[in-house]
Amino acid sequence: MVRKVVRGFYAVAYAVKLCRPSVICAYPITPQTEIVENLAAMYANGELENCQYITAESEFGAASILVGASATGARTFTATCSQGLILMSEVLWNAAGMRLPIVMVIANRSLSAPLSIWNDHQDSMAMRDACIIQVYVENNQEAHDMIPQAYKIAENRDVMLPFMVCMDGYKLTHAYEPVDLLEQETVDSFLPPYDPPIKLTTKDPLTFGCYAPPHCYMEFRVVMQRAMMRAKKVMEEVFKEWAELTGRNWGGLISTDYMDDAETAVVAMGSVVGLVREVVEEMRKDGKKVGLVKIRSFRPFPTEELRKVMKDVENIVVFERAVSFGHEGPVAIDLKSALFGHCNAKVYSFAVGLGGRDIPRDLIRKCINNAIEGKVDEGFHFEGVKEFEEVII
Amino acid sequence: MKFFFSSGHGACPGCSLPIAVKNVLYALEGKCFVVNPTGCLEIISSQYDRSAWGVPYIHSVFENAAAVAAGIDAALKALGRKDEGHVVVFAGDGATADIGIGCLSGMFDRNHDVLYICLDNEAYQNTGNQQSGLTPPGSNTTTTPAGKILPGKIGRKKDMVAFALAHKIPYVATASVAYPTDIRRKVKRAVEFEGAKYIQILCPCVTGWGINSNETIKVAKLAVETALYPIVEYENGELVRVRKIKERKPVEEYLKIQRRFRHLFKHPKGKEIIEELQRIADENAKRFGLDE
Ligand SMILES: Cc1ncc(C[n+]2csc(CCOP(=O)(O)OP(=O)(O)O)c2C)c(N)n1
Ligand code: SF4
Ligand SMILES: [Mg+2]
Repeated sequence: MVRKVVRGFYAVAYAVKLCRPSVICAYPITPQTEIVENLAAMYANGELENCQYITAESEFGAASILVGASATGARTFTATCSQGLILMSEVLWNAAGMRLPIVMVIANRSLSAPLSIWNDHQDSMAMRDACIIQVYVENNQEAHDMIPQAYKIAENRDVMLPFMVCMDGYKLTHAYEPVDLLEQETVDSFLPPYDPPIKLTTKDPLTFGCYAPPHCYMEFRVVMQRAMMRAKKVMEEVFKEWAELTGRNWGGLISTDYMDDAETAVVAMGSVVGLVREVVEEMRKDGKKVGLVKIRSFRPFPTEELRKVMKDVENIVVFERAVSFGHEGPVAIDLKSALFGHCNAKVYSFAVGLGGRDIPRDLIRKCINNAIEGKVDEGFHFEGVKEFEEVII
Repeated sequence: MKFFFSSGHGACPGCSLPIAVKNVLYALEGKCFVVNPTGCLEIISSQYDRSAWGVPYIHSVFENAAAVAAGIDAALKALGRKDEGHVVVFAGDGATADIGIGCLSGMFDRNHDVLYICLDNEAYQNTGNQQSGLTPPGSNTTTTPAGKILPGKIGRKKDMVAFALAHKIPYVATASVAYPTDIRRKVKRAVEFEGAKYIQILCPCVTGWGINSNETIKVAKLAVETALYPIVEYENGELVRVRKIKERKPVEEYLKIQRRFRHLFKHPKGKEIIEELQRIADENAKRFGLDE
């Protein structure tokens, strides 16, 4: 293993290479572009063996190309975000229904309008219900490590679903961090070649993407839900295997700090977790019984895990990176539905850093303190918003 | 004849789509991967548990068949399985010329080894005869209905042959279900070329066009004999062959037996449209030297 200071986009591109994909296809969009540029450079230098790197005419085309390739039995990779992800969305729903284990990295970025190239989670949240596994990573080592694990989980016969590794755009993709880069032998020993149970082949002609009248449609949706639920167990197993193999234990569907005796649980996903953890540690030093819950897997949702750790808490503070307009923050919505009847805590949710707005340490601390001290109402709040006057024309 | 597309599918009696499909598959001896976007062919052939396909088949969505085919081509190359068969798309005119044209352009541009067949029934037939870019002028569709003012579709039929040629792909041709041996020959010829191939086959639709179910072939022939549907063949950008017409028929003969054009013979603007269609036919005859 070599430790190198690399940028996030390189850490994931390098991990993708080690997974020996057969077809890579993407379309440029900031801040994802450098991931596929790095893969293009590896391709140009002959470092990607038995691989086709296709430059698509759009993200919609890229996702479609991977549907064809994956159905033919190829291990596939793409990366996108924001407008590119929602342009792909029709095809991604289709890929999930066809149970194609396409792995993609989402360099999380906000959605237009207004146009913004900066980070939040609105893009991947828009794909929440598409039967695609969503894991959010905290740093570039976790992003690097997640790629081989994503393939192993997605391609598991009990799962067979697309997989989104969500890493915060710029905050992670462009950050320099020391990363222990995996060795080819390590990945080869962990990840077997892709061998799908069925594929498009003239040797055994099958029909993919059939249409289903009302008398058989529902069963397809039932098995998709079952696959998602089975994925929880597969993920736990793969995460454990990874920890044993590399010595790096990222936890399960969630990971926790200081939760044993916590009265207040702070919930976050993605790169903000690092900052939230530091604030929680500081507050512990001040004697406050605060704990951290990092949600790693947003789909499948860690319902049982959250029920277990939240059983006795009094307050739950959620830091949201997206909004379900007309309701509240998507993480709190799901959290509350998971905890309903299992926990009586007050739930406070704070949308922070939308469109790349800075998330100061003091803001995190203030939100948690306000919740603990009952200085804010339960429910949903935007935080870090400047004073302004709305003009209705 | 071995069947790669079995009977018992759900097409309307007299539908031309199965004729085109069977002839293409026969020419390829079933050694192919089929990609089929949403549309009539997909709906009549791919119901769960009742697939008509005897070859590997995939339907993804309405507008991405060219890209899905490109992905299969890439996978076969990457996995060293190119010898398994050809990659063939069967797509409607709407899927091809309208909603899927971006993906089609990308596939042509990258020159994937794909045979793209456009089954041109000149409207969105699966959804009940709405106009497409390949609907000819004057056609009465549900979105270009003949009304008191408007005489059906205004505008021209998109020139997809020119679109394909502009991408400098190695093989481009048109055909009609009226001439199955020509379809088979063209398919065999097309797959001799490495790269993207485009064949557009005129496929009358009994319901949308309003023709008798025993007149599919007659109508498909008349479209050619009036020069409204020129049958051409290009190799590496060169026009190598056209289907000559012995005695070119006036367009009225083609129009009058179809419900979609019948209003033209009564509508105040009908005469104008018929003249326009005749002008298009004359232009075609001249441009391609169709008259024998
Ligand atoms: C994105 C999207 N828009 C619209 C539709 C509805 N739709 C399904 S098939 C079809 C028309 C198909 O027309 P064409 O490609 O010409 O094939 P045909 O049925 O005429 O053979 C339409 C509009 C769809 N399935 N997907
Ligand atoms: S509507 Fe037209 S194209 Fe569709 S199956 Fe019927 S005849 Fe064929
Ligand atoms: Mg059509």
